[in-house]
Amino acid sequence: MKELPQVADDQRTEPEPGGGPPGGPPQSPERPPTSSARLITTLATAGGLAGLVIVLVFGWANPRIQAYRAMVLREAIQEVLEGPESVQTYYVIDGALSETPEPGVDTITAEKVHLGLDAEGQPIGYAITGQEPGFQDYIFVIFGYDASADRVLAMKVLESKETPGLGDKIMKDSSFVAGFRQAAALLEGVKSGAGSGSDNEVDMVTGATISSRTVIGIINHRIEALDPVLEAAAGDGS
Amino acid sequence: MRETTPQQDLIRGIWKENPVLVQLLGLCPALAVTNTVANSLAMGIATFFVLVGSSLLVSTFKKVIPHEVRISAYILIIATFVTIADLVLAAVVPLIHKELGAFIALIVVNCMILGRQEAFASKRPIGRSLLDAVGTGTGFMIALLMMGTFREILGNGSILGISLFGDGFEPWVIFILPPGGFLTLGFILLAFGWWQERKSESVRVRQWPHGVATPSREEAA
Repeated sequence: MKELPQVADDQRTEPEPGGGPPGGPPQSPERPPTSSARLITTLATAGGLAGLVIVLVFGWANPRIQAYRAMVLREAIQEVLEGPESVQTYYVIDGALSETPEPGVDTITAEKVHLGLDAEGQPIGYAITGQEPGFQDYIFVIFGYDASADRVLAMKVLESKETPGLGDKIMKDSSFVAGFRQAAALLEGVKSGAGSGSDNEVDMVTGATISSRTVIGIINHRIEALDPVLEAAAGDGS
Repeated sequence: MRETTPQQDLIRGIWKENPVLVQLLGLCPALAVTNTVANSLAMGIATFFVLVGSSLLVSTFKKVIPHEVRISAYILIIATFVTIADLVLAAVVPLIHKELGAFIALIVVNCMILGRQEAFASKRPIGRSLLDAVGTGTGFMIALLMMGTFREILGNGSILGISLFGDGFEPWVIFILPPGGFLTLGFILLAFGWWQERKSESVRVRQWPHGVATPSREEAA
């Protein structure tokens, strides 16, 4: 049997007195085990304090966040209805428009449309919001819709996380956005320059087909869903 | 435990042990949100705030937090600061908050922050932990700003939205897309590595005439 190389005395690992494996990982210094009650109390106290702090900060931040959202929405309504004199918000309840929300319903998340009126009090059209998943995440869109003429007035993307430089052209490409002006419903997306000239065609953005198609889809789906409601409301003379 | 001076605690994280450029920590935000200078700055400030706040609390309560649940407690502390940063950004700079999106929430799992708590703040006095957090946070911000400046100049032809080259410039869109993050980080790491190697080489050359030659194997035997 071959002799193992001699190890210098000071390098030799002595077996631990406690019987631990020689050369094994060094034993961490013994800690007295902490009682479960103490562990739970510590984490519960920390969690409670964290919750309290977050609630306080939320109380301060939330009014500001909501005010900003409301401002963005107001500006967007002005834009897609092309400067209405006044705006009236209606809640959509059971297929009918109502000026007052259902009791107990959150007015922020409730489905609603915004009717723009011109200086003579004549309706210009409705501002309608919609959302659907695009290429990266949900795309939030608002558009103006003239229900009596079945035409889209204008479109604006409120929020999207589409790829910068490509998908975000649905917000930044002015010719794509302009393509929605006075387009007849329902819309049809066509490849840029390949349309037949029909007034329901919208040129899609090259390189952002999915994002463009999503925007067109959102508008069509919202019109399909809301057109009967809006026409019924117009029929009532309201 | 290696003994350090307060100055070393502060300066170490800024350059010599820069979290992004040397330790390669916190790369997720460094790659994802550095497409403009403004985003880099906002992410840098948010991370700085979370790091300093958590280090302060972890160092203050290090004796109270039982060893068994320390990681959970650190995460809880970090997550609280991240939520605060998220809400404050949404209230104060909503446009930037929209750009940074989910990456603010993801500061919770930034290894750089948890790493400083476990390796430093949980073992050192409060003052030293603060210095260390300030240094590391500044280093992180510097790295993010380097990447953001590089990417915004090449990818958009601007700095902080101010156009630099006029209409004649065709932006290299790839630099503001995700691959641009990897390319930029690669270039910066390459430059950093080259610079460090040159520095260590010049030290070797200078030492050569007076250096103590290491005994070779035969001589030692």
